[in-house]
Amino acid sequence: MSYAIEARGLVKRFGRTTALAGIDLAVPAGEVHGFLGPNGAGKTTTIRILLGLLRADAGSVSVLGGDPWRDVTVLHRRLAYVPGDVSLWPTLSGGETIDLLGRLRGGLDQRRRAQLVDRFELDPRKKGRTYSKGNRQKVALIAALASNVDLLVLDEPTSGLDPLMEHVFEQCIVEARQEGRTVLLASHILAEVEKLADRLCIIREGRIVETGTLSDLRVLSRTWVEADLAQPSNGLARLPGVYDVEVNGSRVSCHVETDRLGPVLRFLSDHGIRTLVSQPPSLEELFLRHYRAGTAAAAADGGLR
Amino acid sequence: MTALAGTRALAGLAFRRDRIILLAWVLLAGGVVASTASSIRGLYTTLAERQQYAATVGANPASAVLGGPGFGLPNLGGIIVAEMGSVLLALVAVAGILLVVRYTRTEEETGRAELLGSAAVGRQARLAGALLVVGGAELVIGIATSALLIGYGLPVAGSVAFGLAVTGAGWVFAGVAAVAAQVEEHARTAGGGAAAVFGLAFILRAVGDASAAAHTGGFLPSLSWMSPLGWALEVRAYGGERWWVLALPLTVAVALASTAAALGTRRDIGAGLIRARPGRSEAWPSLASAWALAWRLQRGSLIGWTAGVAVGAGVFGAIAHDIRDMMGADTGAARVMADLGGSGTLVDSYLAWVLGLTGIAAAASGVGAVLRLRSEETGLRAEPVLATAVTRWRWAASHLATAGLGIVAVLVASGLVVGLVHGLRGGDVAHELPRILVGALVQVPAALVLAGVAMALFGVAPRLSSAAWPAVVAALAIGQLGGLLRLNRWLIDVSPFTHVSRVPGHEVTPAPLVWLLVIAVLLTSAGLMRFRRRDLT
Repeated sequence: MSYAIEARGLVKRFGRTTALAGIDLAVPAGEVHGFLGPNGAGKTTTIRILLGLLRADAGSVSVLGGDPWRDVTVLHRRLAYVPGDVSLWPTLSGGETIDLLGRLRGGLDQRRRAQLVDRFELDPRKKGRTYSKGNRQKVALIAALASNVDLLVLDEPTSGLDPLMEHVFEQCIVEARQEGRTVLLASHILAEVEKLADRLCIIREGRIVETGTLSDLRVLSRTWVEADLAQPSNGLARLPGVYDVEVNGSRVSCHVETDRLGPVLRFLSDHGIRTLVSQPPSLEELFLRHYRAGTAAAAADGGLR
Repeated sequence: MTALAGTRALAGLAFRRDRIILLAWVLLAGGVVASTASSIRGLYTTLAERQQYAATVGANPASAVLGGPGFGLPNLGGIIVAEMGSVLLALVAVAGILLVVRYTRTEEETGRAELLGSAAVGRQARLAGALLVVGGAELVIGIATSALLIGYGLPVAGSVAFGLAVTGAGWVFAGVAAVAAQVEEHARTAGGGAAAVFGLAFILRAVGDASAAAHTGGFLPSLSWMSPLGWALEVRAYGGERWWVLALPLTVAVALASTAAALGTRRDIGAGLIRARPGRSEAWPSLASAWALAWRLQRGSLIGWTAGVAVGAGVFGAIAHDIRDMMGADTGAARVMADLGGSGTLVDSYLAWVLGLTGIAAAASGVGAVLRLRSEETGLRAEPVLATAVTRWRWAASHLATAGLGIVAVLVASGLVVGLVHGLRGGDVAHELPRILVGALVQVPAALVLAGVAMALFGVAPRLSSAAWPAVVAALAIGQLGGLLRLNRWLIDVSPFTHVSRVPGHEVTPAPLVWLLVIAVLLTSAGLMRFRRRDLT
């Protein structure tokens, strides 16, 4: 498999603080890869290393087969970047900024540019300083999406966009994938990643703590099951991988480790299922599980001191 | 008083945030007053020496351009006012403009004002808080000036009058900046507009005072009364104080502040009274490279510097012709002039001095252009460009090229204007223009060295980039005061401008110019090489 992005053991320190403590990231070409984590987890630092804006203290990194620190000109013709905090030149109009950034990247598709300006409902004649946050974001998005590039690096691209524009953005990403482009989508908006990403990874305190497809990650987590049974069901709690059993008359509910679902369903059908509801873990639950674990550990650390 | 609710809190915030900067301005002003007062007191000890100063420097249109009308002469206080008045007034005016714009329009531009505006803060509180802090700082500068002058044994009445006059001028320009910040949507434009008013005020006073000294008659001498800088000197400190003149800056400052407040109620937060015109929906085909972007971003200030310095130099150059008539060959004034401009004929040393000042101004324009790299970096506008196919080298080089171009443009324009004006007055353009142009061009390498210092700082110690400005001020101070204050030779040699040939009046010595160029190239390369290897912040 060819990788658009491949990073191993990336470490980055700023003075005494360690921003990245060994990031491993592999994004196959043609995939939309969700890069999840809260503010300050190291998403932006990782991206800035991928773009050659920062130099890693340790580890290796390859973007589109090149070294982002050395092969700037060649690589940057093939990728487009939307920063999380878009700052425009106050005296340049939005349209001028789109054209400029596109041309500096090696040209942009005029037809697509016009379409995007239309779809995002941007007034390209306004000066940079008069745009709102959402409109500044649109300028950077249009400049990136209208460029003919293989890789889109997007750092929280929908911050400041209203729900309608978020929808337009989602369509654009779906189209980009159909065209065979690779997308690295850093975000803390779970619904967005859930909808768009083929695979995702979760970063916490400078480390990747989870990576895989959404269903891979779900297997690692617990599914919630609720059933109305014909016969009383003692012994559910004794099955391996079953937690939080609640019995309320004929209704039982529990959390089950997803790879242990089979025996649980067999047990339930032995007791005569009348109704069955099963809910896979949401991304939010996956996410919170990691972060709760983190804060609990931190609290324990604090308690020891 | 709900419109003013929160004023004290905002003033406190500004004071807390900028206490170091505010203190620096006060110390800088105090330093100018103390160093001038002590050196003048040592130089002009007898009445005869002071009378000679009054008869030569005081009666001379050329020195009236900087020194003013010299009302307090031949008193010691009068000499001190003539020597440092313009510098001190420029200092309070610039401080007032920079700080007021910083607390008003910059706050709106960054959106911080909005954050505070949604809290329990009155509509006029930001403006009131800004004027309170800045007006207070100007008052402290005035009081410090009076106290220092009294401390050096000068008459109390004159010292108090001059201190108040300095504060008054500061207040007027704080008011000008407050109005500009309401009218303009953009802090840079607001500051530029207020600075243009200062430039106009300086030219009006310079022309007025020079005309008065040359006894031209007519309306020209009265131009000084149209300038807030003129009022400060018309107070006649140490020359029979006219206290009522102080009412002028006070009235105008209050009027300007009220105007700003009235304008502030007529616009939305973040907006200006002058609406930004819409731009192009598509870029010109030429806007397609890092060079084109740097030129687009810098051309406005480059044209502003070139025109401003050329006009200022033209005003100075226009009176060069009168120097011969006004100064004797071997007077104290001539010695001072020779100190500043070299030991050619009096007119030549004056011209060389004027061209030296344009050299410093060119260096300032160059430093400003180089430091644009830093403001682009911290403003997060460098990142999107460097994430395209533009290399760091090309990006930095594009701004460096505009800086170099600006330095050359400022000096060529100044040389041409001074050469033409002086040549036309003497009726010998063909002789004057080339040698004056050469006198301007020899400044280029020294100005490039200071721009190189800015680049080296940007590459090696980006957080300290703005330390390049004190370097420019130091070069100015060493050039103008080095001889007067009898500074250590080693210290004087630090300024690149010390090594520039004084043309016209002397031959061009190429060796130091070559050395300066080499140093400029080395500094710039060091900055570039380090920048290519460092993290972007």
